[in-house]
Amino acid sequence: MTTATLSTALDQGLEHVEPAAVTADAVKSGTTSVTPPVASPAPRGPSLGERLGGFMRRVIPPFLGLALVLGVWALVAMKSADFPGPGKTFDAAVVLFSDPFYSNGPNDQGIGWNILASLKRVAVGFGVAALVGIPLGFIIGRFAFMNAMLEPIISLLRPVSPLAWLPIGLMVFKAADPASTWTIFICSIWPMILNTAQGVQRVPQDYLNVARVLNLSEFRIITKILFPSVLPYMLTGIRLSIGTAWLVIVAAEMLTGGVGIGFWVWDEWNNLKVEHILIAIFVIGIVGLLLEYLLLLIARRFSYGAN
Amino acid sequence: MNAIVKVENVGMAFETTKGSFVALKDVNLQIRTGEVVSLIGHSGCGKSTLLNLIAGLTLPTSGVMLCNGREIAGPGPERAVVFQNHSLLPWLNCFENVYLAVERVFSARDGKEALRARTNAALEMVHMGHAAQKLPHEISGGMKQRIGIARAFAMEPKILLMDEPFGALDALTRAALQDELIGVMAKTGATVVMVTHDVDEAVLLSDRVVMMTNGPAATIGEILDVKLTKPRDRLQLAHDPHFAECRAAILEFLYQKQMKKAA
Ligand SMILES: Nc1ncnc2c1ncn2[C@@H]1O[C@H](COP(=O)(O)OP(=O)(O)OP(=O)(O)O)[C@@H](O)[C@H]1O
Ligand SMILES: [Mg+2]
Repeated sequence: MTTATLSTALDQGLEHVEPAAVTADAVKSGTTSVTPPVASPAPRGPSLGERLGGFMRRVIPPFLGLALVLGVWALVAMKSADFPGPGKTFDAAVVLFSDPFYSNGPNDQGIGWNILASLKRVAVGFGVAALVGIPLGFIIGRFAFMNAMLEPIISLLRPVSPLAWLPIGLMVFKAADPASTWTIFICSIWPMILNTAQGVQRVPQDYLNVARVLNLSEFRIITKILFPSVLPYMLTGIRLSIGTAWLVIVAAEMLTGGVGIGFWVWDEWNNLKVEHILIAIFVIGIVGLLLEYLLLLIARRFSYGAN
Repeated sequence: MNAIVKVENVGMAFETTKGSFVALKDVNLQIRTGEVVSLIGHSGCGKSTLLNLIAGLTLPTSGVMLCNGREIAGPGPERAVVFQNHSLLPWLNCFENVYLAVERVFSARDGKEALRARTNAALEMVHMGHAAQKLPHEISGGMKQRIGIARAFAMEPKILLMDEPFGALDALTRAALQDELIGVMAKTGATVVMVTHDVDEAVLLSDRVVMMTNGPAATIGEILDVKLTKPRDRLQLAHDPHFAECRAAILEFLYQKQMKKAA
């Protein structure tokens, strides 16, 4: 609910900014994306009053939403003995973030290290998945035979929770760290395969006709037609992948231990530091939002207006 | 007269889920070098199908298609196409869109500089030199269509095939582009086959108007010779009796002989 109000507020408030970053593909695949409220420089066009009005409309609703959450949180905390309120959590966060990069051995490291460790696993697992998944998507999209061959396997494996793959990873790699990376790999590969393949299948016939009439070489067809027209689909796949990977890493780390934000949450639960768990929830949310936003920026760079 | 394109007893059937659909049957047509022919007929009669056959984008299921005495086996740069929906590549700017075609046709013969010069000349010809660096979505529909025309002319094709080149444009833009096209065609002396559903456009631009019967199994109903001197001026033509005759003949064909049954 908050997301919905936030995004409509953004839509109204950001009219003067670039056309919507959410591509049609993103809408099709059912992701709603919220651009964080960036303070954009005011345009020179409208009058001061209009500008102020726009600013208010843009800032007030998200602010209200935030205040509401904080209020409910504070109320709940007042009623409960062990649930920390916003104030206590904030104080804990100040302490925590004053020294994010300390290290007292493998089981006691600053929150910064934990975040970086998780990000590293996501990066490696996701990177390998991209290296495998994107070419595979091209092949599946281009050759009907491969599509027919691999489609049933993909349909079967895709709905499986990535965590079910964790034991396999543990068995094969005999170590926790590569096992969680493997889990990330498995969960981020599907959206990239499927979206890339869909992009290749949807290259408009018109563009392929242009290629045929001009009698372009295979190399030119790939660089000037296939790749650019698949790119937006590929980026949607990448965005979905990163989102899932970030969701899954927390769970995987809870199970495997080591250094990482997921393990850290589990550790703080064992220490009964609930305020730290709340902080972790915020941190996970914000990092996820940043990842999403980064990829939206990239996707916007490569969307060529209405084609 | 030497025919550059010969269409002999051509039939086209599409395989559909409901069985075979015969779109064209027994089509015979000869197009002479340097002439401008337009195809006119009701929607869905098979105009685009015939144009795509000449382009080589699809192959006929029966009959023979010849271009310069050789069988048409596929598309080729000597038969450039202006697509109905312009089909510019959205990630290339106007210059690059035209350059892609120019490079393909002339790179064996010309250096980089000459290729660029050709591209710019083609853009100037349709008065779009100022928009060379713009992306297709940054220019208007009429401008896009002009870039599409520039791309086709820049290939110096033997035959230019246009599928409703101005179909999606408003009347004013349409008239301006028709005049522009008249100029370009006079300058290059190109052989042109054009699909249109606009009677005035057909008479204004062409030497012959090919009128097609309704599908399925459409074929050529009548062919009208337009004996108006070139270059033509739309204002003078309005009072020309032969222009009126041509118009009347086409209208009579379309709305009496080939009355479209209300669907
Ligand atoms: N690929 C295809 N498969 C099956 N049927 C087709 C195919 N292409 C065209 N047809 C059919 O062939 C007939 C002629 O189509 P075509 O596109 O040539 O019409 P048209 O004269 O260009 O119409 P319009 O003026 O609306 O563009 C139509 O009935 C159409 O449904
Ligand atoms: Mg058509």
